[in-house]
Amino acid sequence: MAAHGHGEHGETLSHIASMRVLVGTFVALLFLTVITVAAAYVDFGGRGLNLAVAMLIATVKASLVILYFMHLRYDRLFHTVIFVAGLLAATLFLGFALVDRGQYEDDVIWDKDNQPAIKPYTPEL
Amino acid sequence: MSEHAHGDQKGSRFIQHHYDDAQHQFDSGKLAIWLFLAQEVLFFSALFVAYIIFRTQHPEIFEYGSQYLDRTMGAVNTLVLIGSSFTAAYAVRCAQLRNQRTLVICLAITLACALGFLTIKYFEYSEKIHHGTLYGKKFVPHVDPDGATFPEDAVIKPCIHGSEGNLGADPSIPPPAEGEAAPCPDNTNMFFTLYFAMTGLHGLHVLFGVFVFIWLLVRAMKGHFTPDYYGPVDYAALYWHLVDLIWIFLFPLYYLI
Repeated sequence: MAAHGHGEHGETLSHIASMRVLVGTFVALLFLTVITVAAAYVDFGGRGLNLAVAMLIATVKASLVILYFMHLRYDRLFHTVIFVAGLLAATLFLGFALVDRGQYEDDVIWDKDNQPAIKPYTPEL
Repeated sequence: MSEHAHGDQKGSRFIQHHYDDAQHQFDSGKLAIWLFLAQEVLFFSALFVAYIIFRTQHPEIFEYGSQYLDRTMGAVNTLVLIGSSFTAAYAVRCAQLRNQRTLVICLAITLACALGFLTIKYFEYSEKIHHGTLYGKKFVPHVDPDGATFPEDAVIKPCIHGSEGNLGADPSIPPPAEGEAAPCPDNTNMFFTLYFAMTGLHGLHVLFGVFVFIWLLVRAMKGHFTPDYYGPVDYAALYWHLVDLIWIFLFPLYYLI
């Protein structure tokens, strides 16, 4: 993961992806797209499981794009740190938003003149 | 810019004098583009969080609304974007290896795919405009999810209507009468609001990519990119991969429910 540079790659400034890696990633992505569409027509035993399968495939596809098309596997570690920090911040954001979702009291309308555009949600407790 | 300021450099004339060398300039740009991409992740995360919250609270509107979307068009667009990501990554390799001809071809294919994506999106959006499946109060569907037009005497009402149980709503639009079936689950408009917000923002990113790739194509044809100066190709490709990445998640989240 260390520095690349003149010595390692001769004339170029960064890692050169081999044709094998590029074509391999491309074919894998096409294949996974077909798989994910096909999986949508199969019932894995519940909406939740189907969603989990679709998200698992999407995450694998995203990882392939990031590691090979975006060269992150061969790039400086610091670029990974930046990108993962962005993902972690987004996860934190989502986590805090989800933590108290059972407590949403969207049937309590404070401003009667400006009511929300959606039907209130009453959690089944 | 003084050209060939550094005598020891074989140097591209695009290497600015305030950098030590080509490597310094390239690394600075690369750091900046990664910071930008991290920011883009956070930018889109707001909409993804909105999607996740709404879907956990109201799963039925996503199951119903998704039936209005065309899986084939979504899948074709996924393949188009993956193809363009491949040519973008290939373009970077060509620039690194001074393969001028293939670089131009790769950039042209990437640009064509970006335009193809927008064309398919245009057909999808115009179908939604014709069918009245739009965001917010403009959600007044004229067809059912199978594409069958509602009979002429059917009472078509938007899914936001004024009633006790549906706060929010436009009071001028009456709720369905007793015994009259509502055309769709309450709040189905929220599915389309999120759909247009997320695919719209993504589409704007694709549109921006179109201009970037036109610029790159022109510069590539002028022979500006060399093994010691290919930063713009690399940075644009990274941006383009991120746009692809977001679509990889949008596709199953909207089309494959």
